[in-house]
Amino acid sequence: METMLLNIGPSHPAMHGTIQIKVELDGERVIKADVEIGYLHRGFEKTAENRSYMQVLPYTDRLNYVSPLLNNLAYAMAVEKLLGIDVPPRAKWLRMIFGEISRITDHLTCIAPIGMELGAFTVFLYMIKAREFLWDVLDATTGARLTTSYIRIGGVKADVPDNFEELLKKALVEVRKAVKDVHGLLSKNPIFLKRTRDIAVVTQAEALSYGFTGPVLRSTGYYYDVRKAFPYLYYNEVDFEVPLGERGDNYDRFMVRMQEIEQSVRIIEQAFKKIEKGPVKSEDEVVEAYEAIKASHRGKYLDKKLELNPNLEGMEKEIYDQIMAKVPQYIFPPKEDLYRTIEGMIRHFKLIMSGHGLRPPEGEVYVPVEGGNGELGFYIVSDGSDRPYRLHLRAPVFSIMSALGKMIEGHYVADVIPTFASINMIGGELDR
Amino acid sequence: MREGNFITTTIESLIGWARKYSIFQYPFVTACCGMEYMAAAASRFDIDRFGAGLTRFTPRQADVLFVVGTISHKLAPVLKKVYDQMTEPKWVVAFGTCTISGGLYDNYAAVQGIDAIIPVDVYIPGCPPRPETVLDGLMKLQEKIQKEKQKWSLKK
Amino acid sequence: MVIEKIAEKYSLNKINTSDEIPSFYCERGKFISLFNELKDEFEILLDITAVDFLGRRNERFDLVYLLLSLKNKTRLRIKVKIKEGEKLPSLSKLWKNANWLEREVYDMFGIEFEGHPDLRRILLYPEFEGHPLRKDYPLKKSHPRLPLLRPERE
Repeated sequence: METMLLNIGPSHPAMHGTIQIKVELDGERVIKADVEIGYLHRGFEKTAENRSYMQVLPYTDRLNYVSPLLNNLAYAMAVEKLLGIDVPPRAKWLRMIFGEISRITDHLTCIAPIGMELGAFTVFLYMIKAREFLWDVLDATTGARLTTSYIRIGGVKADVPDNFEELLKKALVEVRKAVKDVHGLLSKNPIFLKRTRDIAVVTQAEALSYGFTGPVLRSTGYYYDVRKAFPYLYYNEVDFEVPLGERGDNYDRFMVRMQEIEQSVRIIEQAFKKIEKGPVKSEDEVVEAYEAIKASHRGKYLDKKLELNPNLEGMEKEIYDQIMAKVPQYIFPPKEDLYRTIEGMIRHFKLIMSGHGLRPPEGEVYVPVEGGNGELGFYIVSDGSDRPYRLHLRAPVFSIMSALGKMIEGHYVADVIPTFASINMIGGELDR
Repeated sequence: MREGNFITTTIESLIGWARKYSIFQYPFVTACCGMEYMAAAASRFDIDRFGAGLTRFTPRQADVLFVVGTISHKLAPVLKKVYDQMTEPKWVVAFGTCTISGGLYDNYAAVQGIDAIIPVDVYIPGCPPRPETVLDGLMKLQEKIQKEKQKWSLKK
Repeated sequence: MVIEKIAEKYSLNKINTSDEIPSFYCERGKFISLFNELKDEFEILLDITAVDFLGRRNERFDLVYLLLSLKNKTRLRIKVKIKEGEKLPSLSKLWKNANWLEREVYDMFGIEFEGHPDLRRILLYPEFEGHPLRKDYPLKKSHPRLPLLRPERE
């Protein structure tokens, strides 16, 4: 029996990332598969050993780039545990809302290529349209669409703007509409069912042995969600369900993600009620910043409100305590203090100076959160200096990908791409 | 036919007009910039209205190579092979700062700018660039294609 | 408590950490029998990683294993100290994702595992010399696979 070697190369039409799958074929059936990864290895862990704790934060955005705020959250929670500081309640509710928004964009970006690679191009356009509305919400609050660095050590960057409520409500309406349309297009479609039912079935025992977590494990019927088992933030005060699958095939992985989008929308609506009545900003007269800084030498205008740059909207001094923890040795002062008083400037300068910044005590820490693909956690070892001694990311996708070679054995070549798409491999997280 | 006279310049501008409005692209997508590429190709910021909507996923049928996302040293020979397999005329667009100069990743693993491997025509900066920037870069590529001169001599 | 009984039986030393995960040091000799016993209680092997203490103490590397048990709702961290050149037995028969996790530790640190079915580089390419995450490897030293058209950093 002669077999043929086919190379599904690093640059391929599937929209998920660079990976090389070398399959041995007998006719059209796959006999053996060898998966090669590492084409996006960017040296994150070694770079993090040469940067201070605050400088590592933009690198964490680019790890799982479809749900960037969840990576920021995992890193910030790990460093806060090491420092031993606590975050104010309003910041925790804001972290929950934006974390769930990131989870919705992750699932939308996973389902869009599943449809497109099987030939249903409209599904891609509907999901990306819903994602654009969510990115508008992120753009108005944080300033960026994709790589936001919004969740910082000690709290969040800024409070929500004035038009947040209408933007968020419009986005959630669009997300629900898109999910309903895609249910109508795909869920009972006989072509879709024939191509995804009973393909690449994973049993519970195999899934646990391979270290699956997240939606892929829940599609086999095993109930494990970090938000319910080891609750963090305020997840034990909101009401949501965890959808489970039955058989662990491609169709179940698709349906679990669709239902999780609905549950995330429920969480956002409940959390939004808690932060609706935000802190009231005073309506006093504002003084122009340049004048006030010059006049502060003579002790004038020290109690007046400053007119800050529009980029700094949401970080004013009167609401700063509600979004950032009040620990002077680790957290930056508000901008008004920095510009006008000498103590504020000294505090800011010492935090930035190399060798003198945020220096946590010696120790090690691992804090897990529920990422888009499973249990995501940072393992940080600190030796008392201002740079991490060792920083390691527990990537959920790495353990799942180790099973891909086994999952596609015995199926046709045409099943390789939908199986690979339903796992939601993200190159930035897999290869770091 | 001498270069620069009326007939050759009219034919050149006609060829340039035809080429710039029918771009067949090969998106070599690796990393986070791919999300903004998908957003630029979808319905809100459409690149199909510029004639560049069809993605041909094979180098033999493509004109423009969009290199989107960080290129590591492990992937560099693959990029060179794909570029060599494309037929003339061909253009290359470097999308995102990781392809222009290595971006945030100044270490052992990332190539510090893809013009160390293949020649580049248009650079689109940003991390990741907003879709409006992508459309601006595409329009600059179209201007460059319009102005290209053909070789008219019969000698090889 | 299950963890305390196991710690007593193998006389493991407790470590103080900043989080609430129980952590213990284990000796090389008792390693494989400890993990055979842990396999019944802990279903998921979350992570295998290493830390390099070059010059700070005698044993250079510290291997860290992280396990999760859903029956008892707890995690467990086991650390092993090894010197340079020493090998540890592989866990790929007990948990199947240990195959790739150990390949990553070999690629980044150069620590080898006995009994591993297929020990080769996973994130880097065969022409790469050295092991990047060791503390004596400089950050910016690269091994290009193609001749470059211009110097890398000007």
